[in-house]
Amino acid sequence: MAEAHAPQHDYHLVDPSPWPIIGSISAFITAVGGVMYMHEGPSWIFFLGSAGLAYTFFGWWRDVINEAEHRGNHTPVVQLHLRYGMLLFIASEVMFFVAWFWAFFNASLFPDATNGVWPPEGIETLDPWHLPLLNTLILLTSGTTVTWAHHALINNDREGLRNGLILTVLLGVLFSCIQAYEYAHATFDFAGNIYGATFFMATGFHGFHVLVGTIFLIVCLFRAQAGHFKPDQHFGFEAAAWYWHFVDVVWLFLFAVIYVWGS
Amino acid sequence: MNNVSDAHAEHAHHPTGWRRYLYSTNHKDIGNMYLIFAIIAGLIGGTMSMIIRTELATPGDDILGGNYHLFNTLVTGHGLIMVFFLIMPALIGGFGNWFVPLMIGAPDMAFPRMNNISFWLLPPALGLLIISMFVEGPPGSNGVGGGWTIYPPLSSVAGHPGPAVDFAILSLHLAGASSILGAINFITTIFNMRAPGMTMHKMPLFVWSILVTVFLLLLSLPVLAGAITMLLTDRNFGTTFFDASGGGDPVLFQHLFWFFGHPEVYVLILPAFGIISQVVSTFSRKPVFGYMAMAYAMVAIGGIGFVVWAHHMYTVGMNVDMKAYFLAATMVIAVPTGVKIFSWVATMWGGSIEFKTPMLWAIGFIFVFTVGGVTGVVLSNAGVDVALHDTYYVVAHFHYTMSLGALFGVFCGFYYWFGKMSGRVYSEFLGKLHFWLTFIGVNLIFFPQHFLGLAGMPRRYADYPDAFAGWNMVSSIGAYISFSGVIVFLIMLAHAFMRKERCADNPWGPSATTLEWTLSSPPPFHQFNTLPWIK
Repeated sequence: MAEAHAPQHDYHLVDPSPWPIIGSISAFITAVGGVMYMHEGPSWIFFLGSAGLAYTFFGWWRDVINEAEHRGNHTPVVQLHLRYGMLLFIASEVMFFVAWFWAFFNASLFPDATNGVWPPEGIETLDPWHLPLLNTLILLTSGTTVTWAHHALINNDREGLRNGLILTVLLGVLFSCIQAYEYAHATFDFAGNIYGATFFMATGFHGFHVLVGTIFLIVCLFRAQAGHFKPDQHFGFEAAAWYWHFVDVVWLFLFAVIYVWGS
Repeated sequence: MNNVSDAHAEHAHHPTGWRRYLYSTNHKDIGNMYLIFAIIAGLIGGTMSMIIRTELATPGDDILGGNYHLFNTLVTGHGLIMVFFLIMPALIGGFGNWFVPLMIGAPDMAFPRMNNISFWLLPPALGLLIISMFVEGPPGSNGVGGGWTIYPPLSSVAGHPGPAVDFAILSLHLAGASSILGAINFITTIFNMRAPGMTMHKMPLFVWSILVTVFLLLLSLPVLAGAITMLLTDRNFGTTFFDASGGGDPVLFQHLFWFFGHPEVYVLILPAFGIISQVVSTFSRKPVFGYMAMAYAMVAIGGIGFVVWAHHMYTVGMNVDMKAYFLAATMVIAVPTGVKIFSWVATMWGGSIEFKTPMLWAIGFIFVFTVGGVTGVVLSNAGVDVALHDTYYVVAHFHYTMSLGALFGVFCGFYYWFGKMSGRVYSEFLGKLHFWLTFIGVNLIFFPQHFLGLAGMPRRYADYPDAFAGWNMVSSIGAYISFSGVIVFLIMLAHAFMRKERCADNPWGPSATTLEWTLSSPPPFHQFNTLPWIK
């Protein structure tokens, strides 16, 4: 078999990269620092590791964007790889949320340890038809604005792409602000009771995903401003949109289960 | 087809020195790193088991001098290291990385750079686990003594207020992230990078086994991540997921853990199934019997593996209907597993069998895995399990499937592919000596443990009544014999790398039909620059 000649296929044989090793060293520092921080140690090691992780994410994805936009590495089959990769990543994220819903259902369907009642006695739950409903509408609207941006991109309407993304980001930020306001005004605690534990950890991890999704969309906004994305090749944008819809769907389940049914 | 400058690309893809490994984007180099890592971790975990067996050789306090928490720490470290840092890196990271792309005719993995962080997250994860052994766990002693299952409340602040459990949790987080990223990579590679004509139903069974395995990892590990995150917040931030005084439920942790843990044990064994299929077929000079049934038996095992988790928890006080369901569902797994065992036997039947070292490991696998399988059927009975729960019968059962089954799969693959990976030739004599020492040793360790378990000896104790002395001594002698096998393995490696003989492209003859044997030994840095066409 002739092996010496140049590749005759469309796969992307990635150049050697420092990011994996920098990322894993940063993860190690973050973990060690995190344990020290939690056990009354210094906090700077944790933040040093986190900074290393942030630097890794930045550098790694900068490389990916270069490969996609400027080096022509993202052939159709490589784009298909990325679609599979993102879809599978979201599948694993779904299973992560399964754990938190499991904890919630375990406590709410079998409230043995809370004297057989749910929500537990003394817990004043949030009114789902107040700020949570508003947040639901905000997220659903943001799902439509990101779709607007997507259609604008496909039709080469750069103005629409930009406006749609700006609106989506603003709605995402608004959601996070309202969520933070509601957390600050909740009458139950994070610690010491199962209602607070399941409520804050499930909605809190969702909130964290909203922040990640918002950052992802902001990156897309900057990329759109820099002239990235073509009507027929813009997986970076689509991945952000998929992620955003995933975050949206998780919220709908949280809203229906924890806010409405669980109260 | 490729529109970037070829000369430039060729240059950039051949890094040298330490950068070749630290910055690697090459599936074979990364596979090598996984294998070396697995050997090192295996020696650490194996040394722990030798200490355990030395302590247990006779009743009373032995080399641990009555430090029972240290014993529990060794049991915890041994379990976690063998599962996460020996078997998984060897079978999935090592052989999966090496041979999934080769067998499907792909030039590399789908995400070569992500492949590298899947590997490089493991040394920090192992480092965190080892750190956890040297920092405070329970008041006044070091390390995690909760076993690999780290059940609360023992692993909560009540049992382990020190940071040891936190280190162990973050070790699992990193190892889990590594495996999830690896799973995404393998699935994408297998679905998208098969050579023209390599349909799903023409894929070698090893590739099928990795495909099912990584689906299990992708869907089960995030649940473990959730569970240990709850444990972390319970320990450090005052949540009460597993604390009944705050309305929580310690049994919830067991559900979440085993929802991951049961698929996880299939993660350990399925790649071994795949390797055994390749090896039995090669050395019987016959195609594998019942290819389609073999492939879909693995899919079935993987699928059912998600709905049987609570058979690990029969003694938590669940109601009889739940027990009946988990009993029945668990027994169903014996059906596809039987399909596999009988198909291997049928593959050998009437074959022209050649007893080279890999084939000895494969036949050894079929024997020990069958023993582990039938004791699993015994344990699936909720009523029987109530008596045998947490006894040495369980220890014997899962070591027959894992430390014998999965490990025999590792060595089977190692001898089968050693020439292909290294270009060297191992000594058949040393390989066979390694096999026989291991086979005799591990059976001596674990077969008597069935008797100990049936007699009521509980696991995870450093001491026991004199009545259990005899079989424990036999078990410990078996441990030393199998460790001498490990030393023979290391001598075999050194010997193979010192001798001049070089491995042929296909040392096994025409019945080794998979694509890796069409390449040189070792294969070029980038193979399949022209994709092969499969008829």
